[in-house]
Amino acid sequence: MSNSLVKVRNLHIEGRADETWLPIVNGVDLDLERGKVLGLIGESGAGKSTIGLAAMGFTRDGCRISGGTVEFDGIDLTKASTAVKRSLLGKRIAYVAQSAAASFNPAHKLMDQHTEAPVYHGVSSRKDSEADGIELYRKLRLPNPEQIGFRYPHQVSGGQLQRAMTAMAMSCRPDLIIFDEPTTALDVTTQIEVLASIRDIVEQFGTAAIYITHDLAVVAQMADDIKVLLKGDEVEQADTRTMLSNPQQEYTKSLWAVRSFQRPQKPTAPTSETPLVTVRDVTAAYGNDLVPVLFGVDFNIHKGRTVAVVGESGSGKSTVARCITGLLPPKKGAIEFNGVALPASYKKRSKNQLRQVQMIYQMADTALNPRVRIKDIIGRPVEFYSGLTGSARDERVAALLEQIELEPSLYMERRPTELSGGQKQRIGIARALAAEPEFIICDEVTSALDQLVAEGILRLLAKLQDELDLAYMFITHDLATVRAIADEVVVMKEGKVVEAGPKDVVFSPPHHPYTDLLLSSVPEMDPDWLTRLLEERGLENLGDAAIARINS
Amino acid sequence: MKGYLIFALFLAAAASTIVFFGGVDALKTTWSYLYWLLIIVAVAAAASWVFRELLRRLMPEVIAKPMRQAPLTAAFGIMIILAYIIISVGAPLIAPYGEAEIFTRINVLPGGDPELGGDPAHLLGTDQIGRDILSRLIYGARNTVGIAFLTTVLSFLIGVTFGFLAATLGGWIDQSLSRGVDVLMAIPQLIFALLLMTIASEWAYRSGISLTWFMILIIAVLDSTRVFRLARAVGLNIVVMDYIEAAKVRGETLSHLIFKEILPNAYSPLLAEFGLRFCFVFLTIASLSFLGVGIQPPLADWGTMVRDLSQFINFAAYDPLTASLPLMAAGAIALLTVAVNFVVDWMLHNSSGLKE
Repeated sequence: MSNSLVKVRNLHIEGRADETWLPIVNGVDLDLERGKVLGLIGESGAGKSTIGLAAMGFTRDGCRISGGTVEFDGIDLTKASTAVKRSLLGKRIAYVAQSAAASFNPAHKLMDQHTEAPVYHGVSSRKDSEADGIELYRKLRLPNPEQIGFRYPHQVSGGQLQRAMTAMAMSCRPDLIIFDEPTTALDVTTQIEVLASIRDIVEQFGTAAIYITHDLAVVAQMADDIKVLLKGDEVEQADTRTMLSNPQQEYTKSLWAVRSFQRPQKPTAPTSETPLVTVRDVTAAYGNDLVPVLFGVDFNIHKGRTVAVVGESGSGKSTVARCITGLLPPKKGAIEFNGVALPASYKKRSKNQLRQVQMIYQMADTALNPRVRIKDIIGRPVEFYSGLTGSARDERVAALLEQIELEPSLYMERRPTELSGGQKQRIGIARALAAEPEFIICDEVTSALDQLVAEGILRLLAKLQDELDLAYMFITHDLATVRAIADEVVVMKEGKVVEAGPKDVVFSPPHHPYTDLLLSSVPEMDPDWLTRLLEERGLENLGDAAIARINS
Repeated sequence: MKGYLIFALFLAAAASTIVFFGGVDALKTTWSYLYWLLIIVAVAAAASWVFRELLRRLMPEVIAKPMRQAPLTAAFGIMIILAYIIISVGAPLIAPYGEAEIFTRINVLPGGDPELGGDPAHLLGTDQIGRDILSRLIYGARNTVGIAFLTTVLSFLIGVTFGFLAATLGGWIDQSLSRGVDVLMAIPQLIFALLLMTIASEWAYRSGISLTWFMILIIAVLDSTRVFRLARAVGLNIVVMDYIEAAKVRGETLSHLIFKEILPNAYSPLLAEFGLRFCFVFLTIASLSFLGVGIQPPLADWGTMVRDLSQFINFAAYDPLTASLPLMAAGAIALLTVAVNFVVDWMLHNSSGLKE
């Protein structure tokens, strides 16, 4: 067993909340051999990150390891002194965090941060370490490897930053790297780039890794073994292929099945019908910027249909939504509702016009006022638009809560902080419904949620659409969501509509090259997918490079 | 370890300095003062511990729960503030004589011993026109604290409203309000207040309105500039939230946005600032009164008392008790300032999410 690197036995971790210690992790075992990659998956709150950090002998503030052992190469980290741990962390164990942008110190150049650990641990001199950094940047296929290290974090894109972070973790050639959701915040096309680089470099140096994610398709590409966690308990563990093809536990099966939700596509509305919402040739810019973010965007949304607006971050999806709601008056073009042009600014719209267009936000945390009770969050638009007060208002709120499948008596008096992410998002939906609109903009409503919860929200939105004949504009970068719920698809890139049409037409070949790139970049559950894709596309045709090729 | 070593070195250095300048006797005197100081701190700590335990055990859960995590300093602060509130509300019941009651014996020495020039009826003696000093100290709590509280509330009303307005509306309204505040803040506050008070005393004389009201207004406006800054900064962080956007697009009015959506989310920083501002306002009033333009006689006020009794400090070498009279008024100011700051520190700590 000399090959064993990490040996966790019966790990218990507790977190302090409200004056008592609550269990977070209940007796998890974990084994990792040198050079192997273990994937940890589960919903948020499953304890993935906590276990990942515990494998470094570290717990977040307010948490403690209350039982069990964490052995790293024969050293019990739970009992090791700070000095011993300090000599290991950074040198033999490295950590790559979810948000590279937040984890790099914005005041120092990448290379200065890269060389800090090797110099501190005395692994190599600053000069050698810099040379090694450039070599690592080259291996990770960062553009301009000689120069990129001398930039500040804000001068580098998100995907590149994540790769620079991986390079930094590699700087001491550690035995173990812990990746905590390294690609979750990235676009699909960038994600591939990072995944390919990470896999490549871990293989080249024979580094063992713990890969934490909630995305099954991603973990399928990266891990040798997968461990499924649920609320601090291990559900099951098996090698990747067995786990994917033959999951044993009900919970694992349900996770695997999430992506199967699909509703039938509705027939295209007749061209003679007046569209509910028309975005007519909209050009928009922020502030007094001369360079617009939207260039002549033009599409229709018909009654009772779902139009998915797809694109990567920066493509102008959300800006379109801001133009429709009137928060950003367009420089040119107009928004029409039922054939009548709406005033450009929300300030000039009538109460009835405002009522018709409602919005559901991505981050339910910031979309609901944390100091207001649910009763009033939903009750305010009811009162504001339909003038109901007192018990009539409360009845309407109760009816709305029932519509979003939450028990009114339980939730009326609560505040948003007392709800889970999925429940908050449901309250956001109820607030939009309270205005009795015909059209709702859903801005990335499921991207901050766990897959099971997200599916519940999608089902709810579909049900509401059928009941109330709502039209949705569904802004998302997740093509799985588009497949599940859209009737029509609008693909956007750099402020322009690249391709638009019914879902079946857009999603079947021949595609526009950008649509093709987007579609083929979505990870699939097949563990060989990434390998195959890399063979097809070639290593030099990923992410930024591929987009640059389309543009030329 | 390093900390203790430095502390020990510091003590040794202090002791040798005292011996060098005053000989061994001076060291003994210093020690006796230190001894009393230690006893006072110990008694204060013990009292606040008992007070905290009482709150924890006897009070309803709403109060008991935060007290279980509260440090001793916070309990001490709350205890002192409560005591001040009780004294200022119950002043007529607690004080032996009236606020402006004048007795025939002037300059009675404190201590109550007739052989040393005291009078058992006036424990702390009387001042130069024959008013009972103890009564005036007690009434001073009411005036100084009450007026400071009123002024702070007023300055928050002004500052928060305009600060949130600037944050929500932005553009030229924000610019002109902010620059206006910058101009006001550029002038040293005490000197500006003195200047305005001098002008106001003329108005007060003509209109017959008490100068105290002018003072409240002037200090409130001058102090609201600081509140404006904070409210605007806090407001700017809240205004970008999606729920504010949702409310805007819903067509809500400005007052709903400010008071129903933004304000509830700004309570904790504003409350903490309120405590701090209260101290500053309190000190400003005391300084103005000390300079003679603040709270006017016959209202008792600690700042004025420090000024009126200040010549007694010359007797320090012969009669420490008499010399401590002006210090009692000053100490009352200091104690409240310290107590409020302890509570504010604790609230800031809680609201910044640093707990646990």
